[in-house]
Amino acid sequence: MLGQSIRDKSFERRLFRARAIAAAILVLVCISALAWRMIYLQVTLHEKYKNLSENNRVQIRPVAPNRGLIYDRNGILLAENIPAYSLTIVPERVDNLEETLASLNELVGLTDRDLEQFEKRRGYRRPYEPLVIRQSLNEEEIAAVMVNRFYLPGVDVEAQLIRHYPHGEAFAHALGYVGRINQSDQNKIERDDDNRRRYSATTHIGKIGIESRYEDILHGEVGYEKIETNARGRLLRTLERVDPQPGKDLTLHLDSRLQLLSAELLKERRGAVVAIEVETGGILALYSNPGYDPNAFVTGISYAAYEELTSSLDKPLFNRATRGTYPPASTLKPFIGLAALQAGSTNWNYSIRDPGWFQLENDDRFYRDWKREGHGRIDLEQAVVQSCDTYFYDIAVKTGIDNLTPFLGQFGFGKDMSADVISATAGILPDRDWKRDTRRGSWYPGDTVNLGIGQGFMTVTPLQLATATAVLANQGKWQIPRLLSAENNEPVVMPHGNIEDIQLKDSNNWARMSKAMENVIIGAHGTARALQRNLDFSIAGKTGTAQVVGIEQDAEYDSDALQERLRDHAWFMAFAPVEKPQIAIAVIVENGESSGRTAAPIAQQIINKYLGGAEG
Amino acid sequence: MASTDFSRTISTPAQHHTFERSGALFARVHIDLILLLLIVLLACCGLLILYSGSGQDIGVVKRQAIHFALGGVAMLVAAQIPPRAYQLIAPWALAFGSLLLIGVLVAGVGAKGAQRWLDLPGALPRFQPSELVKLALPLAVAWFMASRPVPPRFRDLIQALAIIMIPTVLILKQPDLGTSILISTSGLLVLFFAGMSWALIGSMIAIVTALAPVMWFFVMHAYQKQRVLTFLNPESDPLGSGWNIIQSKTAIGSGGLHGKGFLQGTQSQLEFLPESHTDFIIAVLAEEQGLIGVCLLLTLYTLIILRCLYISSRCETLFGRLLSGSMSVTFFIYVFVNIGMVSGILPVVGVPLPLVSYGGTSVISLLLGFGLIMSMYTHRQKK
Repeated sequence: MLGQSIRDKSFERRLFRARAIAAAILVLVCISALAWRMIYLQVTLHEKYKNLSENNRVQIRPVAPNRGLIYDRNGILLAENIPAYSLTIVPERVDNLEETLASLNELVGLTDRDLEQFEKRRGYRRPYEPLVIRQSLNEEEIAAVMVNRFYLPGVDVEAQLIRHYPHGEAFAHALGYVGRINQSDQNKIERDDDNRRRYSATTHIGKIGIESRYEDILHGEVGYEKIETNARGRLLRTLERVDPQPGKDLTLHLDSRLQLLSAELLKERRGAVVAIEVETGGILALYSNPGYDPNAFVTGISYAAYEELTSSLDKPLFNRATRGTYPPASTLKPFIGLAALQAGSTNWNYSIRDPGWFQLENDDRFYRDWKREGHGRIDLEQAVVQSCDTYFYDIAVKTGIDNLTPFLGQFGFGKDMSADVISATAGILPDRDWKRDTRRGSWYPGDTVNLGIGQGFMTVTPLQLATATAVLANQGKWQIPRLLSAENNEPVVMPHGNIEDIQLKDSNNWARMSKAMENVIIGAHGTARALQRNLDFSIAGKTGTAQVVGIEQDAEYDSDALQERLRDHAWFMAFAPVEKPQIAIAVIVENGESSGRTAAPIAQQIINKYLGGAEG
Repeated sequence: MASTDFSRTISTPAQHHTFERSGALFARVHIDLILLLLIVLLACCGLLILYSGSGQDIGVVKRQAIHFALGGVAMLVAAQIPPRAYQLIAPWALAFGSLLLIGVLVAGVGAKGAQRWLDLPGALPRFQPSELVKLALPLAVAWFMASRPVPPRFRDLIQALAIIMIPTVLILKQPDLGTSILISTSGLLVLFFAGMSWALIGSMIAIVTALAPVMWFFVMHAYQKQRVLTFLNPESDPLGSGWNIIQSKTAIGSGGLHGKGFLQGTQSQLEFLPESHTDFIIAVLAEEQGLIGVCLLLTLYTLIILRCLYISSRCETLFGRLLSGSMSVTFFIYVFVNIGMVSGILPVVGVPLPLVSYGGTSVISLLLGFGLIMSMYTHRQKK
């Protein structure tokens, strides 16, 4: 029994040992399989996984270039980039957005406007892009956020340069402004692969004006940063950096002295000033009043503030200098005079007797002169000086619309001749085709009579009138109006286009017309003789009084103010000095009535400032 | 002849002379010195890897060290208890464990659609009865087989299979496919060591293989199927369920031969590797110490298992041999399944890397198991 048991035990033992060895072999086989697997991953596929792990941790992040600065002709900064600290949120990393916003409100205070802006921006943005919730944090606020950052995942303080316009309103219409890239900007950018790359880090884009016109030059080239991040995307360190190339600095022809003076002179009035350097076509002043603060648009204007701007009867967002179209009125007379001289329908000796009205043959309608009793016998020069309507009715009819329109067109009326003024309008230079197409009627001789004194269908912008004045001052030689003068201090050559200079049959007529226009100021009967008091430089000019056709009725508007808005617009166009013109200018004062008392003195002060140099 | 064999195998003084002298102290406290040294070595490596894998969190390392201390005490205590006592409590332990499993199904708490824990009254920690069954089932099957002749008769095998099925089915119901497979395997291993014929083993493997499709369609839950699908094609869902395996393979592969250096693994230190201090910790070692580090760890595991198998075969009782053998190979299965899953040759099942992954339950129960093996080996029946 014992032996049997012992044999059994010994058999058990041998059996177990065999099984243990089998198990050990199995274990070794399996361990070898694991080792083989590891060799496969770590040796055979090492390169592949090394790259994968590099791509995991290393991300390429674009770095936005600094936007080019904008200077005026004297080197005064008009648009700069100033550092601003903004509070940002990456909504994807926030667990409870409402709670986070509530704690941020406690820390730094969020206005309704901030929240409104935040909601607005959430709509269009790249995923994981930080969203600005509050701009321009001060140091205390930055500290308050940084101390609590641990409890606020997805929240960060970002330093960035934002666009700033130190002169605010004064240059708003000339420069335009940049604003956040919105969905439609984004769509435009993404149409072009190269642009998509260039704008990959950019948050702001030129929306209007020079900022928009020269966006490509101002923007610069994007840079890159190779950064190491953890799985949650938190930046750990920068491994490599390709610096962005800043955008080019622009120098404009604008003279901030003239621009600021225009703002000062037009204060409280609606109107515009455009001044052009005769020799180059460079725009010295491009001012429209009222304006607005462009800086508000950079950080994002609130609905309420925007509503106020758009609903104001003064239309501060409307650029009167480039888009305001007014009848040129009597400022057109020098051009009509030249047209008539060119057509041979008048000469400097031709005179008429002005009874105070004009009548067409076979028409009993009276076309009245502004002077009820008439100017008596009057020739071309005095007709310009005294702004005699009857004379110009007469010569306009004699010249005929088919001669007038083409000649006036040579001065750029009815066209946008500007090289780089964005969204300038063309005004209207009417002719037979124009009337047939837009008014479905034929051209009547009475239309020509009205055109003779710049009323009726024709409209011009202050920019157009200033341009035409510059061409007149330059004796027909064209320089298209332009704002840009240099990029990074390298002078820019503007394409001139195929604009032909104006050839008069008798080139002495340029000087004769200048003389007549000078007499508008220095002549005894000149309509702008008020300027004699401050006559530092010889000025050739022409007044104009444009009738206000009508105005929208607004119930909320009190009748006194309404009356004021029904008054005539006052025009003045001029160039100086007469002998060698340097500056050409057009000024409109809406509802200014008397040009000699409103528009002309403004033009004169600007001319004096410009020609008087630094001390003027 | 038989008598000589007997004495030579069990108690020839000459054969054990060296061990008994040098390890006299350890023999008296029923500890196998070689196994202990290997375990301590593994624990030290484990703590170092854990420091890196936890994102250099010394707190985690300290807590794991406490787990090792508690496990060490458990091992020491378990080693003092004579095999006879284990043999006595074995059936009751399984019965008790099965009752608790039923309790889990009736009143358990759980997570992710599976009930695995029992909330004990008072301040006692949450308790997962399947951990108890992991030890109780091999104990019970070894107890059953030890009282039957070897090689086992077919009748006995059927009865043993019935014992195995009870906890397996209960755990499967939780549902916890991984644990039920591991637990049933530990029971089946007892039958293997008891000498179940190779023909039967072969046919069982064939049956299981045939049953796999049936399992897929009728037993497995959606999340379990998802794991298998992810295993077959991790790239199909790179940010969801495939993320873990893609990141762990990236960590391992990028480590190369020499590794990126201690604490220098970008995958693990920059939080790309998920669960880097628990189930996926081997990827941390692979990334930072490279193939060399992995091979050293594999070698350490192999030595531990071979030592366990060796001392299993030198146990005095059949019960002790069956139990130790089963537990040794079960330990290896944990190692294999974990490394296999992290390196992408097995589906992702929640199995920690023994003695390296962070976790109190795992460390303590594993060390307790080693205590049992030492008890089986070191206790001699008084003549």
